[in-house]
Amino acid sequence: MSARPRLVFVGNGMAGTRALEELLELAPERYDVTVFGDEPHPAYNRILLSPLLAGEASEQEIIVHDRAWYEAHGVRLVSGCRVVAIDRGRRVAVADDGAETPFDRLVLATGASPIMLDIPGRELRGVVSFRSLRDVATMVEHARDGGRAVVIGGGLLGLEAAWGLLRRGMTVTVVHLLDQILERQLDRTASALLQRRLEAEGIAFRMEAETQAILGADRVTGARFSDGSTVGADLVVMAIGIRPNVALARGSSLPCERGVLVNDVMQTYDPRIYALGECVEHRGRTFGLVAPLFDQARVVANQLAEDGYFAYREQPMATRLKVTGIDTLSVGELSATPGAEEIVLSDASRGVYKKVVVREGKITGVVLFGDASDGGYFLDLMRDGVDVTPFRGELLLGRGFVEGAPAAGGEGARLLAAADETRICDCNGVCKATIVATIRAKGLTTLDAVKRHTKAGASCGACSPKVEALLEAVAGAAVERPAVAPMCGCTDLGHDEVRAAITSAGLDRIDAVMTALDWRTPDGCSRCRPALNYYLVCAFPDRPVDDPRSRVVNERVHANIQKDGTYSVVPRMFGGLTTAAELRAIADVVDKYAIPTVKVTGGQRVDLLGVKKEDLPAVWADLGRAGMVSGHAYGKALRTVKTCVGSEWCRYGVQDSTALGVALERMCWGAWAPHKVKLAVSGCPRNCAEATIKDFGVVAIDEGWELHVGGNGGIKVRATDVLCRVATAEAVMEHCGAFLQLYREEARYLERTAHWVERVGIELVRARVVEDAGGRATLHARFLASQAHAQVDPWAERAAGHDAHEFAPLARLADEPWAAE
Amino acid sequence: MREETLEWHQIGADDAVPRLGARVVETAQGRVAVFRDGTGAVRAIDDACPHRGGPLSEGIVAGTEVSCPLHGMCISLIDGRAIEPDEGEVRVHPVRVVGGVIHLGLVPGARRAAGACSAVREAR
Repeated sequence: MSARPRLVFVGNGMAGTRALEELLELAPERYDVTVFGDEPHPAYNRILLSPLLAGEASEQEIIVHDRAWYEAHGVRLVSGCRVVAIDRGRRVAVADDGAETPFDRLVLATGASPIMLDIPGRELRGVVSFRSLRDVATMVEHARDGGRAVVIGGGLLGLEAAWGLLRRGMTVTVVHLLDQILERQLDRTASALLQRRLEAEGIAFRMEAETQAILGADRVTGARFSDGSTVGADLVVMAIGIRPNVALARGSSLPCERGVLVNDVMQTYDPRIYALGECVEHRGRTFGLVAPLFDQARVVANQLAEDGYFAYREQPMATRLKVTGIDTLSVGELSATPGAEEIVLSDASRGVYKKVVVREGKITGVVLFGDASDGGYFLDLMRDGVDVTPFRGELLLGRGFVEGAPAAGGEGARLLAAADETRICDCNGVCKATIVATIRAKGLTTLDAVKRHTKAGASCGACSPKVEALLEAVAGAAVERPAVAPMCGCTDLGHDEVRAAITSAGLDRIDAVMTALDWRTPDGCSRCRPALNYYLVCAFPDRPVDDPRSRVVNERVHANIQKDGTYSVVPRMFGGLTTAAELRAIADVVDKYAIPTVKVTGGQRVDLLGVKKEDLPAVWADLGRAGMVSGHAYGKALRTVKTCVGSEWCRYGVQDSTALGVALERMCWGAWAPHKVKLAVSGCPRNCAEATIKDFGVVAIDEGWELHVGGNGGIKVRATDVLCRVATAEAVMEHCGAFLQLYREEARYLERTAHWVERVGIELVRARVVEDAGGRATLHARFLASQAHAQVDPWAERAAGHDAHEFAPLARLADEPWAAE
Repeated sequence: MREETLEWHQIGADDAVPRLGARVVETAQGRVAVFRDGTGAVRAIDDACPHRGGPLSEGIVAGTEVSCPLHGMCISLIDGRAIEPDEGEVRVHPVRVVGGVIHLGLVPGARRAAGACSAVREAR
């Protein structure tokens, strides 16, 4: 008997099959898998039933996997067999033949059933739903002799059925309860256009008609409506909707509403049992389209593989009518409700209608008829929450026009055409008109100059691409783009060249660097001096090269300057651990120095805000007496190592993440870097410490640790790249030291690991830190050698009187209010 | 500013302000930042950036300019004007060094400099 945990899939439809595929991809060997499917066929692609009916696809083409596939993957397939009960206590699935299959995990993918009208005649031969291969076979069979078909339901499925039957040579009437077809997918205008188009193709419509009975003795002969009128028919297709199949779940005491209730990781009430697809209800919603099913399948597979990163979030989903030659697409709001507005393009003779619903500048709905080629583009804009205000004039003409628009083209033209008050730089509040006017008035030709003159892009830099695009659109060919971006206005050399000169010539003073490299200014500027200072500190850790006057204020006074000129103080708590004694000391400091705000930070530290500058040394002295050192929350330096409680306390933890986090922070604290550096260690793949958005993240796995690099949770979230997996905590430490040293030595000043990894490529990082064991050891050794000099607590030094002049005024003049305070 | 209207105050030893460094003097007119610029000259301006009131004494000094630590506006230590393309101005106070002691000249009764730092301190 197999020692692997047993996994049972109930349902072999699209959702279950996709979850199985994803799981086999992630963890092919983890489970002993059995799949139950109640249809006699292997899994098939249900969304292709419409093309199959229309004769545009063959049965062979819509089969997803044949039996050989299941055999090849070691999966037991039991088809044509229904699971009738799940005994959760004994953990067995009971089939309709009485056979019991034990399970450790179970996936419910029982799908949905077509809703059949409960009216006289529903049992007659020739009454079908449009749901399964068998239904299609019945429909094709009837259509062979031509004849008349009635399709009840003017929704997506009904219209696709009608289209297919029309193509098969039947005379088709669509019966719909409302006065508008496809009312859930289209607005009135598009519905009317579609109806007219389908009528032109030969489909008849009976609108606002309620079917009262299906006529016939044993075969269908027609249908009668509530107004007493009748229509003749040889085939009646009921396509009025689907209902989740919840009987099995309900019979197993799993809570259900309309569907089987699941949480965000697609778990039912019973954590061993997952459910997905059309049978589930997630946050009050049920599902009938394929895209959310696939998203759910990914989550289920990820959970079953015990990677556990993903949760299910409903995305705006576009619906298309699968009728060849008639393009429709819709998503989101179909008509503007208060607070929204509609942008419409309507071209009756071309048969094109496009509508975008916009709320506060962002697309919240799209309806397309006749030309859906830009559907994907609109959907992207909608999902990304793009403000379309700047180009709403061209929006409906599509991506080709918006992005390939006149002259300079691209984003610049789009921005240039935008409203004057369109905000470009959110940090400094600079609008488009200001930038354009300044570029023109001053004749600016470089991005740097635009930043200096307008402040746009001069703060966080996220809008720099937009500013550059605007510059190109305005200044055109005059734009100067240096081959290597210079460090600053004091030199034409880039960061890498300057750094190479420092190390190769052994230049260990800032003035020596400037002289050797022909700096244009005697003292440099506020951009190059901090960079040069860092490069020297990194290159010569054992020499007294650090120049406080080339440090920004925070690093010079070892605290974070706040907008009112006070400072914040963050003591280090290794790995986020603290003690009663430390907390007591912090509380005493807060009282003693009347510190107005105490806040817990995102990096698991305590932030004391609003400390007066002259109080800093005394605050540090008090904290130091309780054993605390600087948290470097102010520096381009190792900031924090965030941890979860790990295997010591957590029932899910597989490794001791807290101890490793403490060890990493003890190794790394005090290290200066090109930019701030944050670490995290999670004790299991649930990743509570959020290690996958850190500069160096560690996630415990059963057999050791997975290492991640280059993550960032800031302006633009970047998930980490996986560096490698290692078995021991010692290996984590060595990889971490080597990675940080590589970053310290090769990244440019003010370049976060995320940007650096993107610039040089994760492959280079892997080659140097993972594949080259000798190189890794050397990098790690250099890191430790540097740390021997770096791990001096700056707070203790200053509490003892170092740099005392930094913290006290030179003078308080007599007879003035300051002295009297 | 006429010389005879100034009151001169001794504020400290010449070597108390290092090259490219700054110190603060608290006065009835607000905080005054005293710098030693790249040429070795001692300069004094109000310690409040015209942009958002940032403490200029905490900025990086290069040549005869200081860049504000809050948002990077550059101010001339010679005339107190923001370096183009920025706009704005802070008061400049005369300074002289006599016998190894720095003297700061203030106009009696002049207005207090506005600035975030002084504003907050007044509020307390």
